[in-house]
Amino acid sequence: MLKQPGDARAQKVSLWRRTKNYAATWFAIAAAVLVLAPLLAVFAYVLIKGAGSVNLAFLTQTPKPPGELGGGMANAMVGSVLILGVASAIGVPLGIGCGIYLAEYGRGRLGDLVRFTADVLNGVPSIVIGMAVYGLIVIRQKHFSGFSGGVALGIMMIPTIARATEEMLLMVPNVVREAALGLGIPKWRTTLSVSLRTASAGVITGCMLAFARVAGETAPLLFTAFGNQFWNLKLNQPMAAVSLQVYVYALSPYDDWHRQAWAGALILIVMIVAAVAAVRIATSRGMLKGVS
Amino acid sequence: MGVGIEVRGLNAYYGKLLALKSIDMTVAPNQVTAVIGPSGCGKSTFVRCLNRMHETIPEARAEGTVIVGDMNVYDNDPVEVRRRIGMVFQKPNPFPTMSIYGNVAAGLKLNGFRNRKQIDELVERSLKLAALWDEVKDELHKKSGASLSGGQQQRLCIARSLAVEPDILLMDEPASALDPISTSKIEELIFQLKQHYTVVIVTHNMQQAARVAEFTGFFLMGSLIEYEKTEKIFTTPSDKRTEDYITGRFG
Amino acid sequence: MNNGPEGSDPKQKPVTAIPTLAHTAAERKQGLASSVLERIRQTQPRSSRIPDAAFSVLILLTAISVFAIVVFVAWELVDKSRLSLHEFGIGFFVGHDWDPVSGEFGAVPFVYGTLVSSFLGLLIAVPLAVGVAVYVTEMCPIRLRAIISFLVELLAAIPSVIYGLWGIFVLAPLLREYVEPFLAKTLGWTGLFSGPMFGIGMLAAGIILSIMVIPIIASITREVLTAVPQNQREAVLALGATRWEMIRMGVLRNARIGIVGGIILGLGRALGETIAVTMVIGNNPQVSKSLFAPGYTMASVIANEFTEATGDLYLSALVEIGLALFLVTLIVNALARLLVWSITGGSAGRARA
Repeated sequence: MLKQPGDARAQKVSLWRRTKNYAATWFAIAAAVLVLAPLLAVFAYVLIKGAGSVNLAFLTQTPKPPGELGGGMANAMVGSVLILGVASAIGVPLGIGCGIYLAEYGRGRLGDLVRFTADVLNGVPSIVIGMAVYGLIVIRQKHFSGFSGGVALGIMMIPTIARATEEMLLMVPNVVREAALGLGIPKWRTTLSVSLRTASAGVITGCMLAFARVAGETAPLLFTAFGNQFWNLKLNQPMAAVSLQVYVYALSPYDDWHRQAWAGALILIVMIVAAVAAVRIATSRGMLKGVS
Repeated sequence: MGVGIEVRGLNAYYGKLLALKSIDMTVAPNQVTAVIGPSGCGKSTFVRCLNRMHETIPEARAEGTVIVGDMNVYDNDPVEVRRRIGMVFQKPNPFPTMSIYGNVAAGLKLNGFRNRKQIDELVERSLKLAALWDEVKDELHKKSGASLSGGQQQRLCIARSLAVEPDILLMDEPASALDPISTSKIEELIFQLKQHYTVVIVTHNMQQAARVAEFTGFFLMGSLIEYEKTEKIFTTPSDKRTEDYITGRFG
Repeated sequence: MNNGPEGSDPKQKPVTAIPTLAHTAAERKQGLASSVLERIRQTQPRSSRIPDAAFSVLILLTAISVFAIVVFVAWELVDKSRLSLHEFGIGFFVGHDWDPVSGEFGAVPFVYGTLVSSFLGLLIAVPLAVGVAVYVTEMCPIRLRAIISFLVELLAAIPSVIYGLWGIFVLAPLLREYVEPFLAKTLGWTGLFSGPMFGIGMLAAGIILSIMVIPIIASITREVLTAVPQNQREAVLALGATRWEMIRMGVLRNARIGIVGGIILGLGRALGETIAVTMVIGNNPQVSKSLFAPGYTMASVIANEFTEATGDLYLSALVEIGLALFLVTLIVNALARLLVWSITGGSAGRARA
């Protein structure tokens, strides 16, 4: 007889299996809570400890000598903007260009090599990039500079932007390109005005993500921009940056500097959140031309 | 020896959409019942309500009574229900990370079987029932489930379902993704299986229904229009809509 | 697509020289989609050939520049570490003493610190990250899915220095006051939780690293879990499985290669993390069994001592550590991407590293 009573006929799902099921569900929920808790904690502490210190003085003054109370991070904020400006000027064109190459021209072995290289660059620790730029630029110029800091950060932006650009361009359907070419538009203009324009939302998002990522970086600036306690708008001199300043202040023995570190952290977070939010708003409102 | 199915007043919903309207059907033990109808008529939904797979889709639910043998399907733990009712899907879905042996034994391992010898026996028996044993007996542990041909994969899935000794076997268009030779092997298999199991098979192929099933139910837009001996439905259907479908006027 | 006039008058502007449909169809049959573009390009007026060529050269240059940057970085590291490589050879990585004053440079304390802090970070991060990913893809109500995923990604957006700041002033005191005494009382016998409790130390570094690495592992895990076809889940359920059994047998099992890839990617990130770790690890080049003790990582010693390094040998030793870090992260990342691509088949392994 085919069906034997007993063995394959466990009537109810065993308690052990049911217990495992419940335990797994609760573990997963606990994991979600434990993962999100630090997010909440960090945001909360930065907000609570930093908000009170972000006052006019903080936003307009330069640091006071160690041990003295007061002062601000005005020079660091300006410095960050300048350094990030240099970084973007280097990272965005090179990143987009590389992305265009990977999507439109380099579908063969050379393209694979470049793609692999961009991946390698993405994985290099930021401190190592800082060291390399130190050797390439700082030693040759014999001084630290905001420019070298911008170069280091720009290098870090390239892989993210290149990959986003490539992905977005690959999503543009071939018929769009063929239609443009069939109308007599030369290839270079097709790539720029048609393909890139169609992909622009994603490319800009990629750029902003890269920007947000490097805006908070400290390690690459340690041996390039180096930091500066005074006003400096010259890119070929050591330059302050908010992330650097927070780092130095946090490690110092002065309570007032600790207080200012939290304020600087708040500024950093606001900067990053603002950048990401601005992109979201701009793309969703269709303020970018050529976006569907 | 065999087990029958009793369906009364079955309603099935996808969110707010009523997909099955008050289905009544009685399936006798050890017979093959075909479920036919045009695309979207609810035949797959019906069959998936029998083993409570329908409710695994988000926002889907079912009401009504389904009794399999002595088990009230909607009154019991769905996990237990699904063990007692086996299902074979349209596209063969063996587990690619497991060997042939592992695939067939999967259901047994889930149900707490530990004895290696016992599992070996059950695996062999299931593969024989599925007419696959001779083709794979030398490679049980070496080949992965996904390395077989389409027809073999489907028979593997049948063996996998049979290993846990269900009462009923549900088949949702089991041969529609297969070539004609594999299809006829599967149909032959169904013919053999009905000695031991009660089979409900969804098919869009009317010739297939005529070949394998004793009873056939015709579904249209969520309702069971006609449920009759297969012979009668295909020669002298009572309802005009059935006749229109059979003669190919739509669907 | 345009159905323009057939054939072309060579005297007319080639704007009207649109290829016939038949010709295009024949080309497509050969499966050469790009040949259509080729043909179209060949019918372009000469006046756009030069700008086209110039443009492609420009683009090629940007691609080459990326390649050049990596080569320069690698060369710079090798060049500046030559002195130290020559002086110490392989012994550099088995030497225990880091004594700049006497010119003794052994990297063992840093290698140890990097490995222990990274593995501790992974130990904490992996179950949590995989747990969150499973929760989001298999268990969570649909409305919550996007929100929770977004929040987990947000963890990756917080700059390293802010984690360090939070680590020093919030986490370390917490560890010092509550967690470490508790661990010492319950698990002190293992030898892992003994000695003075500063809050700052290897344990703090491991925890901070885990927080920073969770988003990467969770994101990749989520992608590979979603890539598992629905019919695998149904196959397991139809055999009579509980939800957890379905997840275990039908989803996790199929995705395990990709998950391992994600974990390795997380390892790569942890190995190279500098600032947050430097701020909470204590910066003491000691090899110590206890997790309460301060340590030192390869990245931290570079960050702390690079600008103070006196003498060429000192600097060279630090660069050599940087070179080692470069090579290790290169290998680890390459391995990880290989694994992830084998599952998702493409550039889906985009790392928010």
